[in-house]
Amino acid sequence: MTKGKIVGLEGSFAVAEAVRMANVDVISAYPITPQTHIVERLAEMIADGELDAEFICVESEHSAMSACVGASAAGARVFTCSASQGLELMHEVLYIPSSMRLPVVAVTANRALSAPLSVWCDHSDAMAIRDIGWIQIFAENNQQAFDLTVCAYRIAEDKEVLFPAMVHIDGFYLSHVIEGVMLPDEEEVAHFIPDYEHPFVLDPEDPVSMGCYGPPFIYPEAKKAQEVDFTNTKPKIQETWDEFGETFGRYYSPVEKYKMEDANIALLTMGSSGETAMLAVDEMREEGRDVGLIRLRLWRPFPFKEFRDAVKDVELLVVLDRAISFGMGGPVCSEVKSALYDKRKDLSIVGFIGGLGGRDIPIDGFKYMVNRALEKVKMIERGEEIETEMIGIRE
Amino acid sequence: MMEICIYGRGGQGGVTLAELVAHAAIREGKYVQSMPSFGPERRGAPVLAFLRVNETERIKIRTEIAEPDVLVVLDPGLLHVGDVISRLKKEGIAVINTKKSPEEMKSDLEGVTKIAVVDAMSIAREILGLPIVNTTMIGALIKAVGLVKLESLEQPMNERFGKVAAKNIEAMRRAYEETVVR
Repeated sequence: MTKGKIVGLEGSFAVAEAVRMANVDVISAYPITPQTHIVERLAEMIADGELDAEFICVESEHSAMSACVGASAAGARVFTCSASQGLELMHEVLYIPSSMRLPVVAVTANRALSAPLSVWCDHSDAMAIRDIGWIQIFAENNQQAFDLTVCAYRIAEDKEVLFPAMVHIDGFYLSHVIEGVMLPDEEEVAHFIPDYEHPFVLDPEDPVSMGCYGPPFIYPEAKKAQEVDFTNTKPKIQETWDEFGETFGRYYSPVEKYKMEDANIALLTMGSSGETAMLAVDEMREEGRDVGLIRLRLWRPFPFKEFRDAVKDVELLVVLDRAISFGMGGPVCSEVKSALYDKRKDLSIVGFIGGLGGRDIPIDGFKYMVNRALEKVKMIERGEEIETEMIGIRE
Repeated sequence: MMEICIYGRGGQGGVTLAELVAHAAIREGKYVQSMPSFGPERRGAPVLAFLRVNETERIKIRTEIAEPDVLVVLDPGLLHVGDVISRLKKEGIAVINTKKSPEEMKSDLEGVTKIAVVDAMSIAREILGLPIVNTTMIGALIKAVGLVKLESLEQPMNERFGKVAAKNIEAMRRAYEETVVR
C-alpha cells in the first residue's frame, strides 16, 4: 500500500495539490469570480517555490484557454480552471484542443449560469460543453477531486488518447468544503504520471502545422477520425483508473454501482450528491425496498456498455439532473434514454431536475424521487403524458 | 456524528472556527466536513458555517445542517435574527458568547434545554485586543461538548495565524476555563 498522509483540504486545494504533484509547466487562468481557490493556491505555490511553473495571468477565460492551447502545442503540461459564465466565455476555444489533440487538463467547479446571478452549484456549465470532445469526469468528494485530477493527466497525455480532459467538482459542495484527503507520496504520483512528450509539438527545427484550413474535401474525415479516436479512449480511461487503484488503493470506473445487487429500482446521479443518495438508498434498503444507486463517473465519452450492464436487471431508473435543457427536460435523462432506446423497451425511466443554483437535495429528496417515480410509472401505464418534474419547487 | 452550526456575522471568523476545529479533528484521526454556508456573505451580515465530526466513519451526507446538535453563537445580537435557534435539536446545546448567566439565557431562549455561556468578547478584547471571538469560542465549544482536545488546535492555529497564534491559543484556553455549562 502507498505511503501518504491524510490532510484536511477543501476540494479546491485538493485539486491544487494534484496539479502541483503533476508538476505542470504552464498554468493560465483568469483570477476573478467565478474562479475558485484552485488557481489562488497554485499561484501561491509558484510564488513560494513549491511548484516550478509559469503562471500566465490573463484578462479573460477565453485567453486562459488560448494560452493553454499554445503552451500545450509547444509541448508543455498545462492546467486551467473555471466555472459557470467563465467556462462559457472559454467555450469557443474549448473546441481547439480537442480537435488539435492537445492534452489540456482543466477542472471546473460546476456552477449555475446567469440570470438570475448565481455563484452556486449546478451542472449547467458542464452540460453546455458536453458536445465538444473533452473527456468529462465527475468527482463526488475531495479525495476523488485529487485522484481524478492526477488520473486526468495520465489519461489525456497517453499517446493513444491525446484529448483534453476536464474534471468536474461541484462548486461549493466540493470546492469550498474541507474534509480529510489522503495525499500520496509525491514520488509515487510523479512515477504514475510519467514525463510527457507530445508526438507533434510546435518546433521550429521540425515544423508542423496545426489547426489548418479544413475544406469540405477533408473536414468530415477529420471529424470522423476525432469521433472514432475519442470513443476509443474509453478502454484507456479504465486502464488508467485500474492502475491508479493498484498503486494507490482507490478504484474508479465509468459507471459506479452501490447496492445494485438484486435492485429493481436504480437512482442515477452525477457529482457531489452521490454520497447523500447512498444514505437515501441505505434508508430505503432498511425499509425493505430494492433500491440501488448508479453514479456516472465518466460523462464523456459516454460509457454505453458499462451503463447498460449496470441497469440490465432494473425495472425502474430514476435520474437526477442538476441542469435543464430548456424545452427538453434533463440532459442526463435524455442521454440515458437514448443509450437504452434500442435495448430496453421494458425499462421505465423517470427524470427529475433538482439542486439548481445550489438548492440542497436532502436525503428525503432522493426518497421522494423514488416514490414519485413509482407513481409516474402508473401514470405512464394509464397512457398519461408526464413531464420532467423539478423537485423542491415552491409553486 | 455530531453536527454543529456556527452562527456569527461576516468578519467574525465563524468559517475559520469551523475550519480550525476540522483540522484539529483530522489530526486526531476523526472524520470531518467543514462547510461554509453558501451565500453572498459580507461583513456584518448574519453568516452560518457548518461542521460535522464523526469519530468512526467517513461522512457521506453533503447538505447544509438542518437540525444541529450544537449551535455556536458568536454574536448574541443574532439570537433573535432569523429562526436559527429553533433549528437546534431538542436535546442539543447552544454555546453562546454572552455576559449573561446560563439561567438568564435559558429564560431568553424558550425551548433550549442545554446552554453553555462565556463572555468571549471580554476575553478576546483583553488577550487579542480585538473584538473577534472565533478562536475564543473554540474553547467554549470544547468545554461544552468535548469533540477534540485543546492541544489539537495548537498546530492548526500556528499554521493559520503564525505570530499571533499564541494569543489565540491563550484566548481559547481561557474561554475553556471560564465557560459555564448548564
